[in-house]
Amino acid sequence: MKRLFYAVLPPVVAVLVALVATSAVIVVSGGSATSFISTILSVPDDRVLVNIINQSSMISISAFAAAIGFRMGLFNIGVEGQYIAGTTAAAFFGGSGIVSGPLNILATLVVAMLAGALYASIAGILKVTRGVSEVISAIMLNYIALTMAGYLVQRYGEKSGYTYITPRLPESSQPLGFSVVSGAPDVWALFVVAVAVGVGYWFLLSRTRFGFDLRTTGESPTAALASGIGVGRMVIISMALSGAVAGLVWMPAYFGSVHTFGTPENFQAGLGFTGLAVALLGRNRAIGIAVGSLLFAFLAGQSNELQRDGIAKQVVDITQGVVVLAVVVAYEVVRRRQARAEQEAVAARLDDRPTEGVVS
Amino acid sequence: MTTSSTDQDVASIDVVLSGILKRFPGVVANHDVDLHLRPGAVHALIGENGAGKSTLMKILYGVQAPDEGTITVDGSPVSFSSPTDAIGQGIGMVFQHFMLADNLTVLENIVLGAEKLHGIGDGARRRIREISARFGFGLEPDDLVERLGVADRQRVEILKVLYRGARLIILDEPTAVLVPQEVDALFANLRELVAGGCSVLFISHKLDEVLEIADDITVMRRGTTVGTADPATATRQGLAELMVGSELPSPETTESTVTDTPVLELRGVTVTNEAGRDVLSDATLTVHRGEVVGIAGVEGNGQSELVEVIMGMLRCSSGSIVLRDQDITRSSTRQVREAGVGFIPEDRHRHGLVLDYPLWENRILGHQTQAPVVRGPLLNQRGARKDAQRIVEEFDVRTPGIDTSARALSGGNQQKFIVGREMSGDPVLLVASHPTRGVDVGAQAAIWDHIRRARRDGLGVLLVSADLDELIGLSDRIEVVLRGRLTATFDPRDVTPMDLGTAMTGGEVA
Repeated sequence: MKRLFYAVLPPVVAVLVALVATSAVIVVSGGSATSFISTILSVPDDRVLVNIINQSSMISISAFAAAIGFRMGLFNIGVEGQYIAGTTAAAFFGGSGIVSGPLNILATLVVAMLAGALYASIAGILKVTRGVSEVISAIMLNYIALTMAGYLVQRYGEKSGYTYITPRLPESSQPLGFSVVSGAPDVWALFVVAVAVGVGYWFLLSRTRFGFDLRTTGESPTAALASGIGVGRMVIISMALSGAVAGLVWMPAYFGSVHTFGTPENFQAGLGFTGLAVALLGRNRAIGIAVGSLLFAFLAGQSNELQRDGIAKQVVDITQGVVVLAVVVAYEVVRRRQARAEQEAVAARLDDRPTEGVVS
Repeated sequence: MTTSSTDQDVASIDVVLSGILKRFPGVVANHDVDLHLRPGAVHALIGENGAGKSTLMKILYGVQAPDEGTITVDGSPVSFSSPTDAIGQGIGMVFQHFMLADNLTVLENIVLGAEKLHGIGDGARRRIREISARFGFGLEPDDLVERLGVADRQRVEILKVLYRGARLIILDEPTAVLVPQEVDALFANLRELVAGGCSVLFISHKLDEVLEIADDITVMRRGTTVGTADPATATRQGLAELMVGSELPSPETTESTVTDTPVLELRGVTVTNEAGRDVLSDATLTVHRGEVVGIAGVEGNGQSELVEVIMGMLRCSSGSIVLRDQDITRSSTRQVREAGVGFIPEDRHRHGLVLDYPLWENRILGHQTQAPVVRGPLLNQRGARKDAQRIVEEFDVRTPGIDTSARALSGGNQQKFIVGREMSGDPVLLVASHPTRGVDVGAQAAIWDHIRRARRDGLGVLLVSADLDELIGLSDRIEVVLRGRLTATFDPRDVTPMDLGTAMTGGEVA
């Protein structure tokens, strides 16, 4: 019970802090804080609600990709690049119709994962063999991915209006969505991919030997080494795994409504970075990430309504940013408090002699 | 500061601590502590690990403020909010782990942070030479610290606090890193310091040394000062009983259980580091069933590499390692562990535990491929929990439960858990690095008992330790490692710590 309280308190406080901070910015710039709060906290209409659910599926997949890296002690800032690489490969493959019918969905997902994994491996291999920080190489690889995707689509894609797109997904491979709210658009069929990734993430990390090795390497690389984990090998594998998941990020939208890929219209840039923030917010836990994704999607969904009140929708970016900052601070405060409480409990329980190790 | 030619060239200092109380959440680290540090005397503060010595030291040095009680310097009450305040009053501290920059010279290390005193040039150089000559340190200001040995580095640390005007020098277990000959040299330096008017607070748990050097002795137990003793009349036994409230355990093993069956054989193992230097040269060594082979050596002479190469954490450039009938020269750490090697690492926080994991998850660490903690590719939570519970009971790990994180336990209990874990699954060989370093006397005795019992059941043990008494008491044979070579073999029944110390330093007297 106490555990749950400690888990829930930081994000709640962070959201409140973020709303207050955003209101302050709005007031300072001459807007109305009350209309901001009332719009943000209003009940979304059916169309927006479906949109929020759809968006949350992509955000959560991206967050799980980031979380795999975080748990391993890697800062995979390259989720964005791997997401672009996966999307590009998948859109060309899916649109080509090499595999026909519903099977094309499965095959395309595999291609997306492979492309993401391969792209992420570059950073992983560079880190292990050449000691290049995965952050630096991944940032560079993000730019390369974006540029390459643009080039490939222009070179091998079709013209659509003023931009280029990949060949459209054959209709026989377009799954039906879930009609959750009547009268509103369907929830994307591949929402289930997000659920599967979440369940798989939880199972892998908490129930398997591989997950134990991965977490241990993240918690203490030295203890991992002494326990017989091949740390270099784990870096490459987990980087690839993170990339494979990142490759899936666009898939719910691709199969659900867009059916093609091309920058900038037929793509949603930046989801890879949103995922990093949500992984932090959700503390790399499956449930936390699920809730965090919904929260971020909710804020983004509601932001469109803000424009009616003459408030720029981008203020929501401030809210999202402050939520993450505040939650990181709050988690640390709670972590220290819990550690101290535990030590007190041990000391009280055992009535042991005072131990210096407890305090230093 | 004046430097007259009289004997007493440092103004003396008289420090009194009374009624010190320091609370931390859940524990009272110090209470009713009274300590009088006379001018010009070596005052030994003794007590087992966890008795509250470190906390008291931190209070005296200004790192932590006491909740109650007073500190007076030369009769006037003082309060320190930082080490800078303490050094301003003439109280300086030399830590057990040196805080020196290897790539700087002695001079640079000393003036760092104290540039205002005598500048950073010839003024400082002159002052350093002066102090060094006065107390017989024999340090050259322009030598690079990386070229200095452990004993010289310690002198640099002492010089550093003297340079800053310290009149009371706190030494935290200064002899822990030294061999016996170096200890004698240190004591000679301390006598010079005291003759010069300085006071020394000497923190230790080595009673023989304390009896040799101290003018006053204060004993701490369970956070408070339990008594004082006069070194002229005190006995080792009496002090020990004051310290632990009971008799000291001894590491001595009884009858030999050595067999002819080799468990581990190293043949000409050489390890070359990245710089191309041999850190372990041509090491040949056999451990038999039921035998404890002790490795003695000054830290940094290749014992860590010896352990790591056996454990598969380092690769040897030549030679072979055989475990029973299996060649493990090229095996990974995991394969070595699967072949039946238990490993008690030197640094339990870095290598032995994941501090934020609960105990039951720490039970899995190092045994990720072995029953009962895993089932195929999946973790066996029930098995891990059950076996963690068994270790807690059999090895007397004091913890509220197996869901407590390893971080919350005291050092001794963490170590007992590690020993228990590494003896699970019937290993054939135990590689133990400093198995009782930093643990309290009770836990130490328990760990020794477990090693002895396992040895009787046929376990081979490779024991690396800096505690010469532990080595002599537990080993069936002691090998000395010096500059990466195994240079001498001793029979622990007829070797003294002095002999070992000579061999460990290559026969030279430091």
